[in-house]
Amino acid sequence: MDPILPDIQLIAILPEIILALLACGLFVAESFIQREKKEQLGYYAIGALALTLLSTIPLWGKEISTFSGMVVLDSYALFFKTALILISAIIILMSFEYVKIERINLGEYYGVILFATVGMMLMPSANDLLSFYLSLELMSMSLYVLVAFMRKDPKSVESGIKYFLTGVLASGIILYGIAFLYGTSGTTNLGEISVFIKTQEIGSSPSLIMAFILMITGFGFKIAAVPFHMWAPDVYEGAPTPVTAFLSSGSKVAAFSVMLRVFINSFDLNSGSWWQILWIIAVMTMTLGNLVALTQTKLKRMLAYSSIAHAGYLLMGLIAASQIGYAGIMIYLVGYAFMTLGAFTVIVLLCRKNHRGDQISDLAGVARTNPFVGLTFILFALSLIGIPPTAGFVGKLFLFNAAIQGGFYWLAIIGVLNSTVSLYYYFRVVRVMYMDEPAEDLALSFSPGMKIALGFTAGMTLLLGLYPEPIIRAAIDSVKIFL
Amino acid sequence: MSAVNLPSNYLPILVFFFIALAFGVVTILMGYLVRPKRPYLEKLHAYESGILPDTDARMQFPFRYYLIAMLFVLFDIEMVFLYPWAVSFNKLGLFGLIEMVLFLLILFVGYFYAWRKGALEWD
Repeated sequence: MDPILPDIQLIAILPEIILALLACGLFVAESFIQREKKEQLGYYAIGALALTLLSTIPLWGKEISTFSGMVVLDSYALFFKTALILISAIIILMSFEYVKIERINLGEYYGVILFATVGMMLMPSANDLLSFYLSLELMSMSLYVLVAFMRKDPKSVESGIKYFLTGVLASGIILYGIAFLYGTSGTTNLGEISVFIKTQEIGSSPSLIMAFILMITGFGFKIAAVPFHMWAPDVYEGAPTPVTAFLSSGSKVAAFSVMLRVFINSFDLNSGSWWQILWIIAVMTMTLGNLVALTQTKLKRMLAYSSIAHAGYLLMGLIAASQIGYAGIMIYLVGYAFMTLGAFTVIVLLCRKNHRGDQISDLAGVARTNPFVGLTFILFALSLIGIPPTAGFVGKLFLFNAAIQGGFYWLAIIGVLNSTVSLYYYFRVVRVMYMDEPAEDLALSFSPGMKIALGFTAGMTLLLGLYPEPIIRAAIDSVKIFL
Repeated sequence: MSAVNLPSNYLPILVFFFIALAFGVVTILMGYLVRPKRPYLEKLHAYESGILPDTDARMQFPFRYYLIAMLFVLFDIEMVFLYPWAVSFNKLGLFGLIEMVLFLLILFVGYFYAWRKGALEWD
């Protein structure tokens, strides 16, 4: 008997193939380049990402399902792929100066970022529990390495171990959930699972509930939702700052993108009482994240709790389970990625020789000596709170609107109250930047890369707030696949 | 799509599990009951391919073993993939050949990287 060769359309994963090959090339080139010239590999990585971005252009508007339905390419996947490429490029731009100061200017740093990006880009395309798990692992493995990259700094190694252990546990739990889902439906394809659950009317079978609980636990770890958030502050604090930015933007965007596909397809969110579990998690996540952020004195820890709170807002869209809710998640994810990357860029600016600069007090008077940095940080803070005219406002508008239209009034009220709480701790930082006396040796480590990263994130935060129509249209078109 | 997978479909696995368990337990138990017990010093030594052990097995050993072990596992797995491919090579044809070349190419990038970084040098 002849083996049946699968009908594979490689074009569906063309961007990932290009990026993976170029990342392999980076590792080969790495061994030939001297320590002082490793920066070139950063430019190489930027070039690789630019090429990958270009390769997505011919794919727009296509709908391809290939590798026996394991990978799909649609506008939903492309939306996230584009965002993830941009996020990764900004991370590399903000790393140039930082890796030199922290003495981790090794080529592998850029290579591992590229591999993580490949994993992230495959995640929104995954239409099968196995391809989703595989891409999740590719991302996670790369991030474990990146978090512990400052291997001579005990904090970084500690956070690497913590991230590794919790991450592996989460992956194991997700895998257990996958096993239950497969055991119930007899297939790993998300589309077939959805058909099976709808036709067999087993919405409340014990094994399906078990699968849901295990999956939400595993994803809860990955997106740092309460009560699975405890790793986040420590890991965010210890990791190299650009990697922290990558964790709180890239990995969250990718995890949410695949979470939407898995949950909407596998579990019929509109019927049943799944939303009750999600409701409790969402409320706990945003409330605890915001309240604990109030008392933080370290910038990275504060942003870690803020990123936990934002995961709570994002879950509102999943609870609403409507077109506007899903579109809201997509818009908010992109906006959130840019504003949080911008805020981290400001922290990276503070890092200079012999001075880590991760306390809020280190920002004292920065706005007086560098008015532009002060203004951009105000912009990011406004966006993180959700005040117009910023990207955060548009995203929150959609999410709260979805919650109200879905009849979840209390959820919307709690969300708005939480946004008000967050105003305090973001503007406490702004106050320190403007009101306090600047330190004597205040010299920010500016480099061309940092300027581009800061300008681009600020520009995108403002642009998505002032002219959000294209992204809204793209998001609403993309989520049609779920309805 | 198949019918609902009932737990009873997995009954053979459970039976197999108990047979496997019984195989180990019974073998050890039988040996224990049947064999003559005449211990002396040489017999109680740890078996090291006939060579007398000169130190305790629990000792520090160079970290390099870890790297070598990792590389070994990697290329061991590669062989596992190569065997079924080689067996059905005629049927897979050109497509299979190209796929395997790509697979090996990616592995060799890793090998080359490890080599250049000196992971294969002992000192």
